[in-house]
Amino acid sequence: MAIPKVCGIETEYGIQVVGGDPNPIAASSVLINAYAHDVARQQTGWDFEDEAPGNDARGFAREGSMPPQVETHLVNTVLTNGARYYVDHAHPEYSTPECRDALECVRYDRAGELILIRSMEAADLNVHDGSHLVIYKNNSDGKGNSYGAHENYLMDRAAPFTRIVAGVTPHFVTRQIFAGAGKVGAETSFHDGERVEFQLSQRAEFFEEEVGLETTLKRPIVNTRDEPHADPRRYRRLHVIVGDANLAEVATFLKVGTTSLVLAMIEDDVRGSRSLVLADPVTAMHQVALDRTFTRPLTMADGSTATALGIQWEFYSLARKYADDQGLECMGPEGVGEEVLVRWEHVLNGLETDPMSLARQLDWVAKLQLIEAYRERHGCGWDDHRLAALDLQYHDLRPSRSLFARLDTERIVDEEAVVAAVTEPPRGTRAWFRGQCLRKWPSAVVTANWDSLVFDLGADPLRRVPMMDPLKGTAEHVEELLDACASPSELLDRLTS
Amino acid sequence: MAEREQKKKTAPDRVEEVVADVPASSGTGDKLKAELDDLLDEIDEVLEDNAEEFVRNYVQKGGE
Repeated sequence: MAIPKVCGIETEYGIQVVGGDPNPIAASSVLINAYAHDVARQQTGWDFEDEAPGNDARGFAREGSMPPQVETHLVNTVLTNGARYYVDHAHPEYSTPECRDALECVRYDRAGELILIRSMEAADLNVHDGSHLVIYKNNSDGKGNSYGAHENYLMDRAAPFTRIVAGVTPHFVTRQIFAGAGKVGAETSFHDGERVEFQLSQRAEFFEEEVGLETTLKRPIVNTRDEPHADPRRYRRLHVIVGDANLAEVATFLKVGTTSLVLAMIEDDVRGSRSLVLADPVTAMHQVALDRTFTRPLTMADGSTATALGIQWEFYSLARKYADDQGLECMGPEGVGEEVLVRWEHVLNGLETDPMSLARQLDWVAKLQLIEAYRERHGCGWDDHRLAALDLQYHDLRPSRSLFARLDTERIVDEEAVVAAVTEPPRGTRAWFRGQCLRKWPSAVVTANWDSLVFDLGADPLRRVPMMDPLKGTAEHVEELLDACASPSELLDRLTS
Repeated sequence: MAEREQKKKTAPDRVEEVVADVPASSGTGDKLKAELDDLLDEIDEVLEDNAEEFVRNYVQKGGE
């Protein structure tokens, strides 16, 4: 049986300094420090002990590949909701805590937006030269520079990596028809000399390889980073770099939910009668982004053709049958798996019959509808700068400027629950233990990372508490224990006795 | 401006359509159009003044 699909999203936000020092690294540090010091009043640092992003899931590294550098000198903090908030390269990055299911992942991703908004407000109070910071939740600057929104999924180590690659690639190529955030124009050499009005995805054109370790150069559709942040004998963490950052909650939910389901089917080795292997996934990915009808034929490895919509219908049908046969326990409690299936079918039907009917659910549709209405009113062509401005401002997080915030998109998580998720950890994963210890004993937890906490109890040496299983340290496991302990020393005594 | 005036002229038609009990989808469509129109008014106000400069100045370093 597939293991619980614990999941999370790491988002690199765009950052712009208006009227001040444009250095994005300095600006990102100001932003995050302002939040840690002035808003959260909490500054437990990140522990780099277990970082190894250069490990390759295939067991080897290709010649000339460039594993990412670990930047230990930049601002890096852990929040009481279990999230990590830090400067990555030249961007502020927020990683949600480990979430038990796709719906919880939406809630913590939205909490991240609130944290960034509060950070902007706090940072502006700290600068007195008239400058201010603006944060965008998007994935490119329109000039050929892209930054990521990565997803992570817990997988059973027993599933062979080659099966994962073969099984998930067609989903990654085609899920953009509902998960894309939309973009005006094109910005890479793949589209030189082509007239591109609009693409479904911000990121699709940046992908150049089928499989690989890199994330910044020659980006691969399937990333091979093998860094489970958990017991490596039992678990794998699939690090997914192919997606766009979504603002529409339904789009985030479907991006994570459908991918969790596809990965569960790969673990259980469920296959359809039809092979979905594409002849050239990279080219197909670029083609799908350009096709607003979803009916352009893609060449399959066996010589036949399929459409992006057709491939998604195949995945959906397979998942429906899988759910009926084996249940959806791995997708989380309270019917989350069933909700994924219902919404998946709904958007595929909508895309087939009337894509614009999904403007309240999907980012690219919401953006395109706005652009088409704007074009009609102002009579402007696709190369008008105002359309690129509108595209960019869709992603502006400032409530006073955000175009997305002005749209009546469907909400699937309660706003109060999102506010709570800014400070409270999810109950169903080890993030609960991490977050609750930080809430209870902020000065005793000196550093933290995904799979351990380090306590400073004064006279004794530092004490590390390992958390190698993402499914342990949940509220169900340790709430009683934590409530009963009056001090961190007592907690450590009880944990070791 | 011409387009905006034109849209206003269609408003009475919309009322008549609703009275005539047309299928819900058409009424919903018109409601959406009216909402979109209000939204465009608002966007005209908040959209960055100099679009060309605004877009040109947005330069990011690659990430990940």
